[in-house]
Amino acid sequence: MSNEAVEHFLSQATELPGMNDVAWLDEHRKAATHTLSTMGFPTRRVEEWKYTDVSAILKKKFSLSIPEQQGDVETILSSARINDLDCHQLVFVNGHFSETHSCADELPAGVSIVNLKDAISKSNNDLGKYLNKHHPHEKNGFVALNTSLMADGAVIWIDKNVEFTKPVNLIFVSSGSNNTASNIRNLIVAGINSRVDVIETYAGTDSLDYFTNTVTEIHLEDGAKVNHYKIQEEGDSGYHVGNLFVSQQKNSSFNSYQVSIGGKLVRCDLDINLSGTNAESTLYGLYMAEDTQHVDYHTTVNHISPNTRSNETYRGVLGDKSRGVFNGKIVVHKDAQKTEAHLSNANLLLSSDAEVDTKPELEIYADDVKCSHGATIGRLDDNMLFYLRTRAIEKDVARSLLTFAFAEDVIEKINYPQICKRLQKKVMGKLPDSNVIEDFVQ
Amino acid sequence: MLSIKNLHVNVDNKKILNGLNLDVKAGEVHAIMGPNGSGKSTLANVLAGRDGYEIIEGSIEYQGKDLLSLTPEERACEGVFLAFQYPVEIPGVNNVYLLKAGINAVRKHKGLPELDAVEFLSLVKDKIKLVEMKEDLLNRAVNEGFSGGEKKRNEIFQMAVLEPTLAILDETDSGLDIDALKIVANGVNNLMNEERSIIVVTHYQRLLNYIVPHHVHVLSGGKILKSGDKELALELEERGYDWVIQESNAA
Repeated sequence: MSNEAVEHFLSQATELPGMNDVAWLDEHRKAATHTLSTMGFPTRRVEEWKYTDVSAILKKKFSLSIPEQQGDVETILSSARINDLDCHQLVFVNGHFSETHSCADELPAGVSIVNLKDAISKSNNDLGKYLNKHHPHEKNGFVALNTSLMADGAVIWIDKNVEFTKPVNLIFVSSGSNNTASNIRNLIVAGINSRVDVIETYAGTDSLDYFTNTVTEIHLEDGAKVNHYKIQEEGDSGYHVGNLFVSQQKNSSFNSYQVSIGGKLVRCDLDINLSGTNAESTLYGLYMAEDTQHVDYHTTVNHISPNTRSNETYRGVLGDKSRGVFNGKIVVHKDAQKTEAHLSNANLLLSSDAEVDTKPELEIYADDVKCSHGATIGRLDDNMLFYLRTRAIEKDVARSLLTFAFAEDVIEKINYPQICKRLQKKVMGKLPDSNVIEDFVQ
Repeated sequence: MLSIKNLHVNVDNKKILNGLNLDVKAGEVHAIMGPNGSGKSTLANVLAGRDGYEIIEGSIEYQGKDLLSLTPEERACEGVFLAFQYPVEIPGVNNVYLLKAGINAVRKHKGLPELDAVEFLSLVKDKIKLVEMKEDLLNRAVNEGFSGGEKKRNEIFQMAVLEPTLAILDETDSGLDIDALKIVANGVNNLMNEERSIIVVTHYQRLLNYIVPHHVHVLSGGKILKSGDKELALELEERGYDWVIQESNAA
């Protein structure tokens, strides 16, 4: 099935931006196509994909989306936009940049935000230097597919010493017709001592079959600071595979906030490479699933240089017959002395039919390090429930309240109150008696 | 107000209460004393409606209602309050919002209008003085990071706000120093009137110097072996529980 799917996707690769025109890009595409053809898509026989069966995606024979496809974009956008957040906004519909839906303000000197298609057509040389720099396409078939077929996405450049304080919101909307696939490729390059905050939002029409295959590469030069947010609210029939690659030079600081609420089958990989000394990374994640949703997070933090720090906190809330997977890996390379790395994953199962598989992993090749990792799986605490009920709180309200509090522990780490508020509402909306517990977060 | 008749309760198939009878009238303070493992906390938990307690036999009537048929939250709305021996920490749930939701649930149940933010706040400010609790604890998560004494005060503070008809204090004195004990007792005494009743579950007589009971009961082996007035508590303090048990065995 994998071979068939590979052929199916590649046969559609007839008209891509820069094709047969931009040599370096052709090279990357060729390499990725080769990888995809030889490696194929992952199967459950591969350890990293043991719990996530992607054959449903491959069977669907998604066709590549074309820019003209629209749909109820406005409806989706109105709920996907973050209210009251003053931001620079780029909207992509089915993976293609939509100027009409975007609100691009004038940018300060040293900041460039364009869509990939335009960037390619202008054959920017710097683009060639960074795009696919560390060959992420070798990771798995989906990244290879993305590299081979990438059509559009956002390219964000922040020059040396520029602190861009206005957040950039990239909104990816899937809407219109069934059975389309979007291969979205984003690139963020934060120059020396620069700063930028980027929010990726994914949303789509419910009961629409579609596939989002997205890859974001982030390069942080010395002393750069990047806050990256990803809010995954795909439609309830949407398939989402997301890969994030981060490379950090010395003294850089990267904060990641991942919130996954929507989608039918969701797989997200994060690869953080602390390549320079004194680089640090903080990763927060919240995944929530209900009905028969499947959500899988695989994170890898590579401590490559000495004095690097990472701290990772992921929480999962699984209800009904949903399934969660978490695999968090910390690798401390041989030269990475004085590394400090911590990882914790906590899961809350709301029903006896819900399931989660979690595996924190530590691989340490240096001897002077401080590392910890742990994972828990539990139900709502009976003592807490009883306590709340003796204070006249109804059982269902008490359950919602405790579930919300569990999720809130991650949400509250987000430093934009507008995003927090929005996510709180989203999370609450998933819980019974949400109107009652709303009072609690005023 | 409260009438417990021939109550038999199992926990994990083990009999803990074994034919307990107790009558509490409005306006009375009852002290339940007894050695470890006598069933004191079981009684408190059964009254509040905790899961995991199997009622084998007997009945509990509270204000003319079958208490055992009510959920914990319904009991709370009907005016039953349990001050916990070990108040649980609930991260992420705000102390004061919990209380606001609680009091408004009770008021709704009674057909009273809900309190708005201003009315609620003035009530809270009023009651918090009673237990001399620091105001910054209000906006923290329920009991999170509270000291042992602060947790117990928080229980009494919640009681003062919710104004229950029947309050059960489960070992409220444990872990309190003498100053805190006086403050907690003062909070309880302030609440007392002829319409309310309090059941004080305790190990030691100490608390009863400050909350003076009308009746003292010795609970052992899952039933009440002896009842008396406050003098009984003093006698127990002096002589321990063994003589009561022996006396009962002889009879």
